[in-house]
Amino acid sequence: MSVDKPVPKPTPETQPYWDGALAAELRIQRCTPCREFYFYPRLFCPRCMSADVQWVTVSGRARLHSYVINHRAAPGFEADAPYVIAIVELEEGPRMMANLVGVEPRPEMLTLDMDLEVAFAQRGDLRLPVFRPASGSVS
Amino acid sequence: MSVRGKVAIIGAAETDSLGIIPDRSALQLHAEAARNAFSDCGISKSDVDGVAAAGQSPIAVADYLGITPRYIDGTAIGGCSFMVHVRHASAAIAAGLCDVVLITHGESGRSRVGAAPRAPDGASLQGQFEVPYGIWGPPTLFPIGVLRYMKKFGLTHEQLASVAVAQRKWASRNPRAYKRALITLEDVLASPMIAYPMHLLECCLVTDGGGALILTSAERAAAMDLPRPPVYVLGTGESAESTMISMMEDFTSSRAFRMSAARAFAEAGIAHSEVDHLMIYDAFAHLPIYGLEDLGFVGRGEAGAFISEGNTEPGGKLPLNTNGGGLSYTHTGMYGMFAIQESVRQLRGDAAAQVPGVNVSVAHGVGGMFMSAGTLVLGTADVART
Repeated sequence: MSVDKPVPKPTPETQPYWDGALAAELRIQRCTPCREFYFYPRLFCPRCMSADVQWVTVSGRARLHSYVINHRAAPGFEADAPYVIAIVELEEGPRMMANLVGVEPRPEMLTLDMDLEVAFAQRGDLRLPVFRPASGSVS
Repeated sequence: MSVRGKVAIIGAAETDSLGIIPDRSALQLHAEAARNAFSDCGISKSDVDGVAAAGQSPIAVADYLGITPRYIDGTAIGGCSFMVHVRHASAAIAAGLCDVVLITHGESGRSRVGAAPRAPDGASLQGQFEVPYGIWGPPTLFPIGVLRYMKKFGLTHEQLASVAVAQRKWASRNPRAYKRALITLEDVLASPMIAYPMHLLECCLVTDGGGALILTSAERAAAMDLPRPPVYVLGTGESAESTMISMMEDFTSSRAFRMSAARAFAEAGIAHSEVDHLMIYDAFAHLPIYGLEDLGFVGRGEAGAFISEGNTEPGGKLPLNTNGGGLSYTHTGMYGMFAIQESVRQLRGDAAAQVPGVNVSVAHGVGGMFMSAGTLVLGTADVART
């Protein structure tokens, strides 16, 4: 029996993030008083607790911070294995988990700190932020 | 207030067998371990007035055993829950909330008999921000910072593999260890790739089993006619970081490890050089590396060489994971209980691979994927009195 890949269920505080992804934009929050970007979405700034926070569409540029290449597929990912589960560091500072696409899942192709850019993969009725090597970057 | 020397572990036991136990549910494993712990110290269940457990509710455990508790701790923060149960129970006993606390673990990690389901809800943080990326159990999460550590400190794949080799040397001396045959670096590096950079032999076992502890005040312990020497709680710590490993502050070090250990060492008032024996929860081969550094036994970036040079092996200057660890002894899912059991055995002098003259032992646990931590500094009566 084949299983679909898991689809996230947005909550009120994360809805703008998923709405952004559907519009092919990476949106995260920024605290107005302390100017810090942060991820994951929260009701107020995790640093200063100000509720004066804004949703901002960020550049989508990131660097590869760390990763594993998973050889034992999660249900729904059988056709993808081996695949990369990465930690990416956004140009704006926060880090997040994402898959890498458009690059072979081999260590020699995946240099830490390589430049990446966001892309969006259809997942159920949502689109999921993923990352690929930045266009124009030497690979 | 400090609990140093005020509370003792008087009973400690594991389930009759460990490994593959298809005829026991998770709750039965808790109960069997509890009964063995009662036998271990010769007390009756009617003496117990406090119950702590993780995996199964402490209420379920108390009811199964026919104990009416006046202290209940259901702290369930992953594999280090039991270190934290000991910490909370020590404070509760010292404060007079209860007299005798039973702490149990039982998990049908392999056979999955009566085990709770694992999948997080799609609306949880992990369900939204990690699960969609095809994470599949701890091997896809726990090691996600290892390549960053390698880049920052130059740790080699061989050094990482040496952790598994060193621990198998301890396991080879332990008849209860699940894996006992000696292995080489080549064996580790040739084992199947699970999630690069981790090979099969760098990942923990998946087993069934349980363990239980019984704690009371040092005063009460001294008045009892115990068959085995009490083990004293010298210092304890706990901390937490995030339920999502992707939110770690630093992928080369655990903030929870550092905070928890610093508190435990400060309370115990001991120097690292006074630690005779060490247990660091090893769900994966990189955990002892992070642990040795975050607990302060070696400097940043030094642990890989420290282990590969043999310092933690039998005969080495810092015996580490002497039961064989989660990599070779047993790993039910929440392994912390077994790390404490081995510390107690070493301090009593009756471990399978006994280290000579252990007076201070540290048991450090992790919960989730660097989500939480608990640290115990334990000692013999000689040390507790000083």
